[in-house]
Amino acid sequence: MKGFVSYTPSNLGIPFMKRRVIGFVLSALLIVFGIGDLFVQGLNFGIDFRGGILLEVQTEGPADIGTMRQDLNALNLGEVTLQEFGADDVALIRVQRQEGDETAQAAAIESIKEVLGSEFELRRQEFVGPQVGEELIQAGILAIVFSLLGILVYVWFRFEWQFAVGAVAALLHDTIATIALFSLTQMEFNLSTVAAVLTIAGYSINDTVVVFDRMRENLRKYKRESLITIIDRSLNETLTRTLLTSGTTLLALIALWFFGGEVIRGFTVALIWGIVIGTYSSIFIAAPLLIFLNLRPEQLDRVSGEDKSDQAAVRS
Amino acid sequence: MVHFSKFKIFSIVLLCVLSLLYAVPNVVGDEALEEWQSSMPSWLPGQTVNLGLDLQGGSYRLLRVEFQDVLQQRVRDLRTEVRNAARGARIRISGLATEGLSVVVRPQRAEQIDELAVVLADLNPDFELIQEGADENSPPTRIRLNFRQFAQDDLTASIMQQAIEVIRRRVDALGTTEPLIQQQGDDRILVQLPGATSFPPIPRGQLSIHLVDINASQTQIAQGNAPEGSQIVPYAESPLGAVSIRRDPIVRGDNLVGASTGVGIAGDPVVNFRFDGEGARKFGDATVEHTGRQMAIVLDGEVLSAPVIREPILGGAGQISGNFTVQDASDLALILRSGALPAELTPLEERTVGPSLGADSVAAGQTASLIAIGFVTLFMIAAYGLFGGFAMFALSINIAAIFALLSALGATLTLPGIAGIVLTIGIAVDANVLIFERIREELRNGRTPISAIDSGYGRALTTIIDASLTTLIAAACLFAFGAGPIRGFAVTLAVGILTSMFTAIMVTRLMVVLWLRQTKPSTLPL
Repeated sequence: MKGFVSYTPSNLGIPFMKRRVIGFVLSALLIVFGIGDLFVQGLNFGIDFRGGILLEVQTEGPADIGTMRQDLNALNLGEVTLQEFGADDVALIRVQRQEGDETAQAAAIESIKEVLGSEFELRRQEFVGPQVGEELIQAGILAIVFSLLGILVYVWFRFEWQFAVGAVAALLHDTIATIALFSLTQMEFNLSTVAAVLTIAGYSINDTVVVFDRMRENLRKYKRESLITIIDRSLNETLTRTLLTSGTTLLALIALWFFGGEVIRGFTVALIWGIVIGTYSSIFIAAPLLIFLNLRPEQLDRVSGEDKSDQAAVRS
Repeated sequence: MVHFSKFKIFSIVLLCVLSLLYAVPNVVGDEALEEWQSSMPSWLPGQTVNLGLDLQGGSYRLLRVEFQDVLQQRVRDLRTEVRNAARGARIRISGLATEGLSVVVRPQRAEQIDELAVVLADLNPDFELIQEGADENSPPTRIRLNFRQFAQDDLTASIMQQAIEVIRRRVDALGTTEPLIQQQGDDRILVQLPGATSFPPIPRGQLSIHLVDINASQTQIAQGNAPEGSQIVPYAESPLGAVSIRRDPIVRGDNLVGASTGVGIAGDPVVNFRFDGEGARKFGDATVEHTGRQMAIVLDGEVLSAPVIREPILGGAGQISGNFTVQDASDLALILRSGALPAELTPLEERTVGPSLGADSVAAGQTASLIAIGFVTLFMIAAYGLFGGFAMFALSINIAAIFALLSALGATLTLPGIAGIVLTIGIAVDANVLIFERIREELRNGRTPISAIDSGYGRALTTIIDASLTTLIAAACLFAFGAGPIRGFAVTLAVGILTSMFTAIMVTRLMVVLWLRQTKPSTLPL
């Protein structure tokens, strides 16, 4: 039984590298706008990082957000935001951290429950103090920095330094683009967003490494061809794989987006965006950077031996 | 590559079967699980994956132990001792003060400094005595008593241990199943209560009995100005809402040995308590001396009741009455029984998930996973036909292996963890796609099916390892720096990568090879 892949041409011969400037311009725009927006709007930090109180309540009928907002504002608890969360009978209430110690937080939560009355079911209740929030931000930044470094070192050991730089540039690109997405859309940036960013880093590098592997192999195999030809050839050869894997991953994530529940929707959005941007950056950022970094096939000579075709696969 | 030794085939099949066996308890219901556990040999643990608090509902709380307050209190106590000691030795002192975690003092007559040093030297072994001058070269003019570091460490360690013990006793008394109470970092305690929908307040439980200060006027109480040696504390039943009590207690909660609920004269709930020998003596002496006066029973700086001493109480037993409900009385008895927290606890973080949200999350995760599997299966079979089917069989083994490993490791599955599994479903086929694409290329280069499969698997291997290891690096960083649920995500992601390497490289290859031997095809459907 054959699948549709067997009917697709093996090499589309798409001249990716001819268009590399378009990719760079697009990415530059994305990054400049993203960072600019980050300075103007900033991230919409959730209580994980900012500290504060969060309640998720379910009402018997559709929630009357307007009345609830009025009632809660009357409590003078400072900044209170309310939003419908997934279904029309579920509301998410965020309240800024109260001045004072534990009793102040507990009292605030009690007074909120009192105002809401008894026909509410409390589904979730969170309080994060400012110290923990700060520590979580630090831990998040450390996690991102260390995984970028770890990946950089790994790729550097396994490939040439140009590949490592290309891979990390693509990673930074994806990381910044994802954080920019959260700034532009003002979606809540919380702990699971950091997890999403790291997962994207993992996925994006996975994609990049597959393409690089093929380039390294082709560089040894076709020593006479120009770098541009080799890169284009490698990208085309791995294109089916790139699209299929991104396809299955996107399908799984779309299922998660539709059916996975409201709590992880932000996380899922970040991952979906990350898969798209990660696939894009492998082709349009990581690969063309090798040209700019002057990667030459001769540099690989010292590792490749007499047999050109089999050596690449066996060496490890 | 096409050759599989019998031993290798056996190992792969065994691993698959073990994965399935370990995974089964997670899909059968509770009743079937019991049957399963009783009918299977004991080396199969029959464990299910631990569900995180976000999936089963429960409360999570991170508390900071306020060591500094206790250390400061020790230093303040020492200051009082220094004053008394100097007075006892008839040495006039000046400039007695606490500076950070030390007490400084100077004799009014500078030549008495050595005399003072002798008096203070044996005061408290936890403090180190240093004589100081105005600068390094001038003669010493004052004495500093420094809290020794090891003494501080001993104190904080014992406070931490005691705090955990007190919390454990109180939580156990609430009847929570499988609570988790553990130290985190230097000064933190993590408490997790599965199934609990809210967190009970954990008061310090510092009990003491004082004489009510009869010298304080109503205006003084109302203004909060206590006379010398007294303090104003809140008292709900007093018309002023507060009462003035003597600062030095008659007896402290340290001497308490038991507490239980009882019924008072009016049939109202009360708490009965009992003192040890020393406490009974102090309590007895005070009640003899002050019959007819009012005493105050103070818990955590608040008066619970203020009975009048009608007759001497010599047996060392007392009673606390007040406007208690039965619940209040039993809570109070519990707090007194389990002892006082040695230090104040400040909550840094608290998260409670209701059981219904948890159940909803589990259901949503299941639906999403099943639909993801369905989508990916259709897509892969459409793309690769028979080989896609092989890959999907391997994927189902892969998912079983994830659950098997999570169960066996005792790892906790969280909501982000479920997301990790769904993501794995998407990514798991990557290794197979890489291999199949390689085989197609080899076929196009004119190789025979067997040799194409052989070199396809061989060549894809390095790529798969490179790609998987980099993702593992990210997962390791997530685990190292992430907190709570994020760690759950990192674990499932890492486990998913490992199992998908195994299933893609071993399981599908075995299937492809067995199929090859069976059908001996002249062309491959790729």
